[in-house]
Amino acid sequence: MYFESLAAVWHMDGHGFYVWLAYALTALPLVLMVWLPVKRMRQQWRWLQAEQRRSGAATAAQTPAMESDL
Amino acid sequence: MWTFIHKLGSPPWFFGFSGTLVRWLLPITVTLLLVGAIWGLLVAPPDFRQGNSYRIIYIHVPAAVVALAGYYVMAFAGAVSLIWRIKMADVTMRAAAPVGAVLTAIALVTGAIWGKPTWGTWWVWDARITSMLILLFLYLGVVALFEAYENKTAAARACAVLSLVGMVNIPIIYKSVDWWYSLHQPASIKFTGESAIDSSMLYPLLLMIVAFYCLFTVTLLLNMRAELVWTHRESGWLKQLVGGS
Repeated sequence: MYFESLAAVWHMDGHGFYVWLAYALTALPLVLMVWLPVKRMRQQWRWLQAEQRRSGAATAAQTPAMESDL
Repeated sequence: MWTFIHKLGSPPWFFGFSGTLVRWLLPITVTLLLVGAIWGLLVAPPDFRQGNSYRIIYIHVPAAVVALAGYYVMAFAGAVSLIWRIKMADVTMRAAAPVGAVLTAIALVTGAIWGKPTWGTWWVWDARITSMLILLFLYLGVVALFEAYENKTAAARACAVLSLVGMVNIPIIYKSVDWWYSLHQPASIKFTGESAIDSSMLYPLLLMIVAFYCLFTVTLLLNMRAELVWTHRESGWLKQLVGGS
């Protein structure tokens, strides 16, 4: 550890503002870059699951109706 | 090797493979990024001339290096897509563009923030900075061009051509610091010969570069997977996966 106190880490001999701003402006887009595709895929996955249930329920409802027609 | 490449072209196989890879690579990436950032921010010594502001190097250089590497990935995928008409190459090219754009933007923004205490200005129309700005526009151009076309096959072809033409910018970026010597400092790390940077600063930097490469791979795969789920929603293999989950 180079710094002696937490305040020194924050201040960085006057460069703290620049260093921490740069790291914050990097961390934010990086987190978003990972999170957004994960979120998008989860939504699609759930939509597709619901779609399968819908079509599954539709065929299940259809089959007995066809049998009763016979 | 060839069978592996061949398999990568198959969406169901790729989907399974990339799923396993992401599950392993994501925690590794996060660990590397955290260790590298803490090492660079807190452990490494300050620069004797620039003081602590130089610590921005641990995100600035990795972002820039991987932004350039990402362009190779995008342009190579574009070439494969043009020559062999492989759909997975289109998906790769499209997935790489936003990741590259974000990394280039990070390199530019952190560079501007680093420039203020070091050069006394946020921005200067230096050759390196200007050519990086062009790289950002090329990435954004590919993203925008793909959205502009109704026909996605034509869109992929146009994007491939744009990314290949944009390749001329890459050697300019590399050589800009040597050809037009202005404010931006030349490369500190060299593959051949001694690096102009002490090992106490070099190791965390190399670690961060590896971490950014891993991050690029993870986000590229995540983008590709999200794309595949949507474009293959009618395919039997995906329906089976969705039903089984």
